Parts: sequence; C-alpha cells; structure tokens
Amino acid sequence: MTDTTTSAPGAASIPGRVTDAPVAARRKLPIKGSAVVMGLYLLFLMLPLYWLLNMSLKTNAEILGSLTLWPRDLTFANYETILTDPSWYSGYINSLIYVTMNVAITLTVALPAAYAFSRYHFMGDKHLFFWLLTNRMAPPAVFALPFFQLYSSVQLFDTHIAVALAHCLFNVPLAVWILEGFMRGVPKEIDETAYIDGYSFPRFFVKIFLPLIASGVGVAAFFAFMFSWVELLLSRTLTSVDAKPIAATMTRTQGASGIDWGVLAAAGVLTIVPGALVIWFVRNYIAKGFALGRV
Amino acid sequence: MNKTVNQKAWFLVLPVLVLVAFSAIIPLMTVVNYSVQDSFGNNEFFWAGLEWFEEMLESERMWAALWRQLAFSAIILAIEIPLGIFVALNMPKSGFWASFCLVLMSLPLLIPWNVVGTIWQIFGRVDIGLLGYTLDAIGIDYNYTQNFYAAWATVIVMDVWHWTSLVALLAYAGLQSIPDAYYQAAKIDQASRWAVFRYIELPKMAGVLMIAILLRFMDSFMIYTEPFVVTGGGPGNSTTFLSIDLVKMALGQFDLGPAAAFSIMYFLVILLISWVFYTVMTNMDKRDGA
Amino acid sequence: MAKITLDNLAHSYSPNPSGPEDYALKQLDHDWVDGEAYALLGASGCGKSTLLNIISGLLQPSQGRILFDGKDVTHAPTAQRNIAQVFQFPVVYDTMTVRQNLAFPLRNRGAEASYIAQRVQEIAGMIGMEDVLDRKAQGLTADAKQKISLGRGMVREDVNALLFDEPLTVIDPHMKWELRTQLKSLHQQFGHTMIYVTHDQTEALTFADKVVVMYDGRVVQMGTPQELFERPEHTFVGYFIGSPGMNVLEAQVEGDRAVIDGHEIALGQGFGRPSGKVELGVRPEFTRLVASGGLPASIRRVEDVGRHKIVRAEVLGRPVNVILPEGEAIPADAAQVAFAPEGVNIYSDGWRVAPRATTPEGAAA
Repeated sequence: MTDTTTSAPGAASIPGRVTDAPVAARRKLPIKGSAVVMGLYLLFLMLPLYWLLNMSLKTNAEILGSLTLWPRDLTFANYETILTDPSWYSGYINSLIYVTMNVAITLTVALPAAYAFSRYHFMGDKHLFFWLLTNRMAPPAVFALPFFQLYSSVQLFDTHIAVALAHCLFNVPLAVWILEGFMRGVPKEIDETAYIDGYSFPRFFVKIFLPLIASGVGVAAFFAFMFSWVELLLSRTLTSVDAKPIAATMTRTQGASGIDWGVLAAAGVLTIVPGALVIWFVRNYIAKGFALGRV
Repeated sequence: MNKTVNQKAWFLVLPVLVLVAFSAIIPLMTVVNYSVQDSFGNNEFFWAGLEWFEEMLESERMWAALWRQLAFSAIILAIEIPLGIFVALNMPKSGFWASFCLVLMSLPLLIPWNVVGTIWQIFGRVDIGLLGYTLDAIGIDYNYTQNFYAAWATVIVMDVWHWTSLVALLAYAGLQSIPDAYYQAAKIDQASRWAVFRYIELPKMAGVLMIAILLRFMDSFMIYTEPFVVTGGGPGNSTTFLSIDLVKMALGQFDLGPAAAFSIMYFLVILLISWVFYTVMTNMDKRDGA
Repeated sequence: MAKITLDNLAHSYSPNPSGPEDYALKQLDHDWVDGEAYALLGASGCGKSTLLNIISGLLQPSQGRILFDGKDVTHAPTAQRNIAQVFQFPVVYDTMTVRQNLAFPLRNRGAEASYIAQRVQEIAGMIGMEDVLDRKAQGLTADAKQKISLGRGMVREDVNALLFDEPLTVIDPHMKWELRTQLKSLHQQFGHTMIYVTHDQTEALTFADKVVVMYDGRVVQMGTPQELFERPEHTFVGYFIGSPGMNVLEAQVEGDRAVIDGHEIALGQGFGRPSGKVELGVRPEFTRLVASGGLPASIRRVEDVGRHKIVRAEVLGRPVNVILPEGEAIPADAAQVAFAPEGVNIYSDGWRVAPRATTPEGAAA
C-alpha cells in the first residue's frame, strides 16, 4: 500500500483505462419486501375489477350456473347489446357532454379567480376563499332537492348544462384551490417583467402565465373530470331522459325477469374505460399532480 | 409571497362568485326557507320557526345516523391514512414499475361511484361473487344484506379499496419531493428506518397528508351512492349514513321541513370539522413559508 | 481517522458500460493520507461527487476496492465506515431543534447523555449557534441550516474522514470566508482527514494541503497549490487554476526550440520531439510585454484588478493574457510578448512533457 502513495500523483495522470468486465452486480436480493407489498395491494385493487370484466364476458347462464374464474363460454354479446342500443350508448354521450362542459366552465372561471387569490389582497379575500372551499364540503344530498327545484324553475331540467353547472358547485372551489397553489409557485417578478415589457393583462395571462402553470391546469382539469364523471346523485336527480348519464342508465338492467348481470357488468366495464384513458394520458404527471402544487 | 392590495382583483373573482352564488346560495336559501316553514301541500306554507330544528335535535333517528356517520369516517380514516402511507413508502421510486403502479392505483378513483357499489355488490354475493363465494366456501357466514357486521365490513373494505390510492398518491407525491441528500445524510448519521420515517419522510409528507385527511373526511362524511347501491342502508338502518337518511327523508318521504333542517345541521357539522382541519393546515403552510 | 486507499477504482452509472465514455469515474489508484486536508477540484460533472459518494459508501463502485487503513470496506454500508459528510444543500431535520439535530448522530450510536450534552455544547460554540440551540431547525436561514449540517458532521470525534460536497454553495460570501477559516482551524486542531469537493479554485487553494484536480472522470493532477500553479500536469489544470488561466498556444517543438507560426522561441530546456498535438503553456505571470525578441502582439484591452493589471493581447490571432505587476506601466513601445523560459511548459495531447536534460532524440510519451 505504501508504494502507491509515492506514485499516486503520477499514476493518476495516466489516461483512464478501464477493465472491461465490471464486477458482477451484487446484493441482488431475489424478491424485495416492497414488491410483495405492492403486489398484494395491486391484487386487492384489481381482483374486483377483474371479476367485473370476467362477468361481462360471460353469458347469464354461465354467471348464474357455477362460479368460474374465467369465461368458459366467451361472449361479447353483452357489449353488443350496449353498443347497438341508442338508449344505452346515449348515456355515455350524455355523460361525456356534461363532463366536458363542466371542465370547460370550471377552468374558465377558476383561472382568473385563482390568479386574484394568489397575487392580490382585496377586501374579504380570506373569507371569500374559505367560503368557496365550504362549497366543496357541501353534501350533494343536501343540494339534490333544491337543485331539482331551481333548475326546473329555469327550464333547465334534463339538460346537459344543468348537470355541468351543478357539478361546478364542488369542482370550481377545488379548481381555484389547486390552481392557487400552482400559481403561488410562480414568482411575481415574472408578472412585473411582462407588464414592464408592455404586455396587457389578458395577453400576459394567455401567452406567458398559462404555459408556466400548464401542469396545474392539467391537474385541475383532471380533478374536475374525475369528480364530474364519478358523481351520480346530482346528475341523476337533474335528468330524466335527454341528459341521463350512463351510470343512471345502468339501473335499467333490473328487468322483470331479474337482473341482466352480463349487461350490467359490461356497462360497468365501459364506464371505467374513459377514466382509464385519461389516466393513461396523464400517467407521467400523476405523481406530481397529486401534490397539487403544494409540496 | 407578499401580495399587493388591489381591490380591482374583485373583478377576477366575480365570475366564480356569480356561478357559485347561483349554484350554492340560491339552493341554500331554498333549504333555509323550507327549514322554517311547514306545508300541508297545495304550495301553502306556514311559518314554523325553529320547530323543525328542535324536532331534528330530538330525533333519535338523526343522532343515530350522525354517530354511524362519525364512526364510519373515523374507521376509514384510521385505515386509509396509515395504509396509504405504507403503500406510498413501498412504491417504486421511478421507472416503468412506478408508472405501472400509478396507473393501476388511479383506476378506482375514476370509476363512477354507483359502479363502485355495483362492483362490490357483485363481488360480495355468495352466489356469483368471488369474495362472497370464497368466504362462504371456507365456512364464514357472510351476507351483507342480512348481517350487520358483514354489511359494515363490506362498506368499509369497499371504501378502502376505492380511496386508499388517493392517500397513497398524495403521500407518494410528498415523498418524491425529498432530495436524495436527506436519505444519504440519514445513512451517515446512522438513523434507523423508523427515524428516517419519523424525522424526514413524515415531516415532508405532512402538508399533503393534511390535504388527504381533509378530502377523505369530507367525502366520507358525504358518502351516499356506494353504500346505497350495496346495502341500500340496511340491514335495518345499520348502514344508513347521513346522506342516505337525508335523501330518504327529502325525496322518499318528501318531509321537506325536517329534511331542510337536517340539511343545515349536516352542513354545519361538516363545516365545523373542516374548518378545524383548514385552520391547522393553513397554519402549517405559514410555518413552512417562514 | 484513517488512511483511505482507492485501488483500481472505477464507476459507471450504466449497468453495461461499453467504453470509457460510459464511465463517470475512470480507473483510479490513489491514497488519501491520514490527517491531511484535500480539496477535490473540478468543473461540474467531472466525477468529483461520484468519487465522494463512493468513499462514503452511498454508491457502490462498479469496479475496484476502497480500503480504510488497509481494511476492505468496498461493500460495507455507510454507517459502518464511520465517516461524516456535508452536502451541497443543507440537510437538517426540520422538526427537531438545533440541539436535537446536533445530537442526532451521537444518539443513533448510543452515546451517553452527558457526553452528548457536552459535545453538542462544544460544537454549538464552534459554529456560533449557542443561543439558538432550542429553536426548531425549520425556519432558520440557509446559512444557519448549513452550519447545523457542518456541526452534525463534526460532532463525532472518532470519524475516519470528513467529506464535504461543495458545502458553501448556499452560504453568503462573507460567511463563506468565515466558515472556511473555521474548518481549516478545526482541521489543524483535530487532525481529521478531510476531503473537500469544490469547483471554486480559491476555496480549494485556501483550504487544502493538497489539491486533487479532476477532469472528465479522471484525476489529472494532485499536488500542493504551488505545484499546481508552477507545473500543471495537464493543460486543463493550467487553464482551470489561476486567474486568468494559463495561455495555451499550439506549437511545433523540437529539442529546446518551439515554433509558433514560423516564429521561433527558445525554451531553455530540451523536450525531444513530442508527438501528437503539441502545445506550449505559459502562465500570464511569466509573460512579458517587450519591444522586441518575442512574438508580435497587439493589445486589445487592459483590466486593472487592483494589485496588478491584466493585459488582454492577441498574438498571431490567438488570445494571450499578460499580467503586469503592480506599479508597472505598459511600455510605450510594447509590440511583442515574450515568455520567461522557466515558466514555459510543453504539452503533448494535453499532458505535460517532462523536460530532458540533453538527449535530442526520442519522443516523449
């Protein structure tokens, strides 16, 4: 060892040569504890979903006959029923229409408000912010009946816009809150620089500010989509035929001859698809997004 | 951030105000209106004062629903928060498997609530559901429509299934924000696994965990669709939570006065508890900003 | 305290490195002598942090061994190596008080309470934080937090080595000076082996007994600040150390003569006939403005930095810096620059060629 000491400075200055075979990877435990935990948790999450999928591909005879872990008699008839019958698939279209409207309205009104809350002090700002949040806490059950009466009186009952507006009750406060968090992370100097450079407020907001909080907008849109898509109590109360959501249509499977389990399961699977697609598109932002700009 | 005083900012808030006023204040006024009146049909209303409130406060039915509701929220919070943290700690940090877990975990969050109910209704049935069938096969008497414990267990497991991922994802986001240097320093300081959790991970997750607790509390306190689909509030009234009871009263029996009084008290309870959470949370935000 | 030996060490972040470019750290044999203060100097991304993390055990090298006092610790976990490390950004345990922070490494190792109390008090005195000992670490300034990190690193007396990974990046300039002086005096007092990673040459030269210069994943030179200044082993060292850095000019060298664009320069020593890309390096301190007998030059700019003037000149289309000592004016007839032969180094493919006394033949490797 001692001889290396003396030669160290010189030896070190030989251009690096590298032995070809690196030492084989060590400490490769066969299975990690965390993988087992995640495996079990995901199994717990997926089993009920698998069961639904499994049932949707069976005939009613097989479902009611004996318990089978996978469809012995694979059939797509249940899906066919849904996708060919307008009274079934219009439910999907209705749901998608009011969800889209809701997301658009939510973002349009929440963006300026969140900006105001993140940048300015004004009379009553704190109270207003808390009051907005309280609406997120309002139980839909409390509002179901008054909503029904309100929208009936303004002739909006059974329209998509009625559901979209009703869902704003809890989505707008949430969006304001999420966006405020993201906007707070953008330094104020950026606004000031833009104004000095002669940007008007709307132009600054669209051209400079929005791209900076794009991920926040995405997160707010995701949550608005999510809560509007999954809600049933209000959307069912406010619609009868023309704007009836798919989730409500599902109760139709209860016919005189009992429940049509196969079709019910297929409809259930189909309601999961839009959510799954949305998740797939935002998969790389989920982790950051769930921090809501507050980490 | 030091904000400037600008009263014109009100204009930016105006759209939200108009929208929320339309969809919150008007209906709320309707509710208040009903709560102090009595009706004998024919759209004739009579001033009833606080009669309905007094009636509701003395109503055993409401108190029972409230305690049931509190018990439910407490149980699911006690399960979902620790479980969510535990799952988050075990999630892969990056790469394909991280995305894989994130996608699968988010899935239950985007399923319409009545479908969640339907899934568990089917899953738990003794004749056609895997869970019910299996429990029955190993000799456990399981029937969520007849048995009090089975009904509660099903509703709770369903909620854990549905929402634990939300807690886990929030906690995971908190964990992701911890720089590597903290873990390295902890190794050098010879900190135990528990100490790393207690002094590094938990403090960094505190902010998002408060959000998780707030969201989970609010949503569990308003739960309606999922248990209604599975148990319909039964057996008896054993899973009739506040919202289920309220809807029964308002839309089922059309007892508008009592239902309105009930609504207002219900809302106030949520507000009170949420206000406590919110205050704690903003105080924590302030401390972070210091 | 221990001598740290790196034996045939190399590291790649990719699992299957195919060539030298995949290695963040190229093969390295080196001894860190017990009780010395080293600075690891290099630009960002040159592998200094990788090397530090391998020593502290946060990284497992893909090749080679690390020995502490002759004992192989290559696969020993960080805790067993008994080293302390301070990171670039302050790492403090927010929910603990300053006192608890400082006591943490000792508590984890099961030290006695009375010893911990006394030791924490001592360290708090050293970093000047006695009066905030019972405050929560959260909410302190970055300076203060980094001082806590330093304190946590020094609280154990028996550490094998103290490693610093650019610890003063977030510190205010005047505090930097103070902390560095404190570190240096602590080193003299306790004699810990210290390795200090930095990209700031002033920091490196003022702190360390020996400076290790790294470039592109390899150690290019190790030496005292004076050695680095006078005999840079690689043009990178000459360029990186010094302000401004060494002038490097491409040249043909034969024996004791160098030719730059047809102009001949006497070197005073023989260098044989170096192969590859041959360059002549001379520090601005050894460069003079003269009327004749040098290379034709035109002066572009003069910067007065107080103690001396820096003359930015152009020689045969290449920038050359000249340092004029204090009080010396630019000669009115200065049209050329000349190099003092004792300050001239010759480089072949970047590496310094040792001068040979007489032999004119044979290429230097």
